[in-house]
Amino acid sequence: MVDEKILLEVKHLQKKYGGNEVLKDVSLSIHQGEVIVLVGPSGCGKSTFLRCMNGLEQYQGGEILLDGVPVPREEKDWPVIRQKIGMVFQSYDLFPHMTVLENVLLGPMNVQNRSREDALKEAQALLERVGLWERRDAYPAELSGGQKQRIAIVRALCMNPEIMLFDEVTASLDPEMVREVLDVMLELAKQGMTMIIVTHEMSFAKAVADRVLFLDEGIVVEENSAEEFFDNPQTERAQRFLDTFNFEK
Amino acid sequence: MDSALIIFDGANFSRLLGGLGVSLRIAVLAVVISLFGGVLFGMLMNSKNVFIRACCRVILETVRIVPQLVWLFVFYFEMTKAFHIHLDAKVASIIVFSLWGIAEMGDLVRGAITSLPLHQWQSGRAIGLTKTQLYRYIILPQAVRRLLPPAINLVTRMIKTTSLVVLIGVIEVLKVGQQVIEVSIFSAPSAAFWVYGFIFFLYFIVCWPVSLAAKKLEQYWARRGV
Repeated sequence: MVDEKILLEVKHLQKKYGGNEVLKDVSLSIHQGEVIVLVGPSGCGKSTFLRCMNGLEQYQGGEILLDGVPVPREEKDWPVIRQKIGMVFQSYDLFPHMTVLENVLLGPMNVQNRSREDALKEAQALLERVGLWERRDAYPAELSGGQKQRIAIVRALCMNPEIMLFDEVTASLDPEMVREVLDVMLELAKQGMTMIIVTHEMSFAKAVADRVLFLDEGIVVEENSAEEFFDNPQTERAQRFLDTFNFEK
Repeated sequence: MDSALIIFDGANFSRLLGGLGVSLRIAVLAVVISLFGGVLFGMLMNSKNVFIRACCRVILETVRIVPQLVWLFVFYFEMTKAFHIHLDAKVASIIVFSLWGIAEMGDLVRGAITSLPLHQWQSGRAIGLTKTQLYRYIILPQAVRRLLPPAINLVTRMIKTTSLVVLIGVIEVLKVGQQVIEVSIFSAPSAAFWVYGFIFFLYFIVCWPVSLAAKKLEQYWARRGV
């Protein structure tokens, strides 16, 4: 499934909040169809890193290339780029004053100027895939957290992005709803979507990832294939991090 | 003559309604200008630029601190004295009430926009909306819902405050009332009670439907969970 072509490349990214260096030097390149999972302790900069890749954070050093072309840093250039880089957040971030369908169609129709007919066809296909086409006229307040998050994923997918970023999308869900969202993401991975995922669900990470990046204190401490990382981590810090997820009697 | 009937004596009734019409024309024009101007002013007040924000703040506080009556005098009398610009009293009134309304409405809009969760901006940006589209599709529609109760409060306050324009010589409902009372001061000594009572009733009839409509709209939105 993984292609030779490098879709997105990040070189030596640096990010400071005031004097606090959140990202010291983070590089990553992702091939078409590849799934990368970013893991690391809270505050290690993984969410910030993801947000930099969607232009939601200013960064001080380094470079981001999409399809080999450097991405400009000005906010005015980002709306075009964001159509190619979809993102889903931790908060259930649907627009509360719009129905499910209006939420999904807003981008395709107003940003990409596609016809309603064309956008609707795609929205229907996607909503059916996540089992929520019947709820298309509901308002977000009438939906569960898991349903909202699945629709947020559909909303991003409906823009036909080349790559999807997931920022701890299950972190504020009730436990019984986590699965339905993760299943959607697994399905996407199977269909060859290029994805970068930040998550704390380790068993999911293991199942979905082609490659795992372990971030700590603003640098990539370990980069490895999923099997290697979880079964045989090379660094002590990664080992210690993974141990925190295990319980022994 | 029974004092209560003074309202219907001669042309009194239609004159009072005509006076109300003058008040309402000033109020409605000022309110419409304030609503649109206030949205723009509120967006400016949320500007990233510190200088623009500071200017907005100064304008808001100046408009607020100086009483509306003083503003009316400034625009009606002082403009003539200082710049030889003679504004029609009604025009001066509309300008003053619009300035006041824009400033107050702007502050309400600013508050409503800031009260929206940050992730609404983010997720809008994440699907590629430009700043203008963000405001149009995401921010303003939600801000308007939060804005409704305080905005309606402002609108009714503006309608009632138009009674000040008497003092720069506009013949509106209150002035007509005074004239009616003065003319009949001997024939109907308690006319003041009935005339002012009737004017009270007129203001109520104007403001009440506004509040009622706002309440209905709020209930409608609440049902949709917004």
